[in-house]
Amino acid sequence: MKLKKILSLCLAGAMVLSLAACGSKDSGSSDNASADNGAQASSDAQVFKIGSIGPTTGGAAIYGNAVKSAIEIAVDEVNAAGGINGYQVECNFQDDEHDAEKSVNAYNTLKDWGMQILVGTVTSKPCEAVVEKTSADNMFQITPSATSVNSIQHENAFRMCFSDPNQGTESANYIADNSLATKISVIYDSSDTYSSGIYTQFAATAKERGLEIVTADAFTADSNTDFSVQIQKAKDAGADLLFLPIYYSQAALILQQADKIGYDPVFFGVDGMDGILSVENFDTTLAEGLIFLTPFAATAEDDLTQNFVKAYEAKCGETPNQFAADAYDCVYVLKMAIEKAGVTPDMSVSDICEALKPVMGEISYTGLTGQDISWTAEGEPSKAPIVVKIVNGAYELQ
Amino acid sequence: MSFISYLINGVSLGSVYAIIALGYTMVYGIAKMLNFAHGDVIMVGGYVVFTTVSTWGMPPIAGLIISVCVCTILGMVIERVAYKPLRNATPLAVLITAIGVSYLLQNIALLIFSASPKSFTSIVTIPALSLAGGQIIVSGETIVTIISCVVIMIALMLFIRKTKAGQAMLAVSEDRGAATLMGVNVNGTIALTFAIGSGLAAIAGVLLCSAYPTLTPYTGAMPGIKAFVAAVFGGIGSIPGAFIGGILLGVIENLAKAYISSQMADAIVFAVLIVVLLVRPTGILGKKMNEKV
Repeated sequence: MKLKKILSLCLAGAMVLSLAACGSKDSGSSDNASADNGAQASSDAQVFKIGSIGPTTGGAAIYGNAVKSAIEIAVDEVNAAGGINGYQVECNFQDDEHDAEKSVNAYNTLKDWGMQILVGTVTSKPCEAVVEKTSADNMFQITPSATSVNSIQHENAFRMCFSDPNQGTESANYIADNSLATKISVIYDSSDTYSSGIYTQFAATAKERGLEIVTADAFTADSNTDFSVQIQKAKDAGADLLFLPIYYSQAALILQQADKIGYDPVFFGVDGMDGILSVENFDTTLAEGLIFLTPFAATAEDDLTQNFVKAYEAKCGETPNQFAADAYDCVYVLKMAIEKAGVTPDMSVSDICEALKPVMGEISYTGLTGQDISWTAEGEPSKAPIVVKIVNGAYELQ
Repeated sequence: MSFISYLINGVSLGSVYAIIALGYTMVYGIAKMLNFAHGDVIMVGGYVVFTTVSTWGMPPIAGLIISVCVCTILGMVIERVAYKPLRNATPLAVLITAIGVSYLLQNIALLIFSASPKSFTSIVTIPALSLAGGQIIVSGETIVTIISCVVIMIALMLFIRKTKAGQAMLAVSEDRGAATLMGVNVNGTIALTFAIGSGLAAIAGVLLCSAYPTLTPYTGAMPGIKAFVAAVFGGIGSIPGAFIGGILLGVIENLAKAYISSQMADAIVFAVLIVVLLVRPTGILGKKMNEKV
């Protein structure tokens, strides 16, 4: 009996240890990273410290990982080319698991590290929480990819991607301009501010443009695998276009389930659709003809895009998505703004923010995700989305 | 016409719930504990088939058999390592351990397979049935799911009624102490219960992922909770109860989505559960249990 007890204790101990090992792998590496950075900082205080937050684990991990890799590529390039205003740049990326509370914790960690500017957060919900903190600290913030309206509601915050309402309007206009459909069905995620935000604006614009929405059905984060009812309703209503303002993982399921019941309308998505071709084991022929809005197409042939795609593929072994492109642009926008404002690393966080804010209204930036982008005082970029269609398993610009 | 297809889809979804609910209900009936890690065993079953069939290119039936074996062993290991040492602990301690095991399985899957969703290739090769001139299309997965559910249910009832091991399960569920005195191997019986429940979870996982072809480390969590609800709905501890509860839950969920509100469907399901429990506190087929003193 005693032996058994010891055995089970040992097993329980092994389990705990294995857990601890799993946990410490991540935190250990980031500890090392921050320790290294700290050492560098003390020997040379004259560096820009750019922090970033996003999910590198959990359900939205691919977005965070894309942003992290792209920032690292951009920062390495900037440093190799002599830095910003002659100062080197250091970056530090913290995981928030797409969770608002963890995101605020990550922000505090970065502040302890000495962050001067925040590039982030990657996803909308955590960003809405973090922007309150940056506003209180008057820290300059630019998010590559948080699209919800409130995620940049304070004047210290800017974004690189388009906002949710913008995408809804653009989608409806594109459908009306190209007479893609007369009857439209929508399937959206009512538990997600991104999806419901786009849907609301889409419905308003569609009405103005005389498009008829025959069914609009929601799902929630708790019921996001079975879409048979929503698809059946759209089919019965005779919709010839299915608008999907959702992320690609659910969209892949909808394409498969629609195929099963023999329903084949035009599928139209927004930027969350980017990534659908890289779902492991997904039958990409189902995505043929899918049209969606994106700020970035890796197939574009200009040098800037091609160089970035090459660098990203060399680093991560996969084609960059729009999150990566937006993040890459963020670093260069910062570089442009810092150079124009003449900011130096010895200024305080608040002074940097005050210096950069007015400059953001003046610069005009051309990068991966658009040409001559300018910013409003609210922090919204002016850029037109690119419309792509999936043809033969690749994006084709429309 | 669309009503019939909503109904068929509901029965199919309900069949998956029913198979999962069997695991909950058997373990509760026999070990008197809620095994919240059950949902995650489903996910493990899905990943085993994904790895063997899609990555290693094995035939689907071999993948299914390996998956059932892996999950059966996993179920027994979980029972041996996490639950058996707590056999005489308070029910709360066991419940918390179960939640811990659930997170452990999810995090291990996250480490191995990462968070990005995998698209699951259906292992069902039966073509879809087209009824009423193409107005109703019943997919092969739907047919296979419903048939498997019925077959499993009948086999399990026969196993419990006709075999010695099944009789031992009944005895342990009625009175563990008395069963021990009568020479029933209680620990062996509980281990067998976990083995059967987890093996069924593997089948449920494969059916679930074939019908709704996505696989993430969290795939099992929500169906697990719904199946737990189905088990309570039908009367926890009762095998036919799990069947009826599962099917009803699936049908109510789908019809509520179709005719009332697609985003309120889950709320409606739980509202029905509350009403049922108000009228019949032990569920539809639940036995009235007297507290033993």
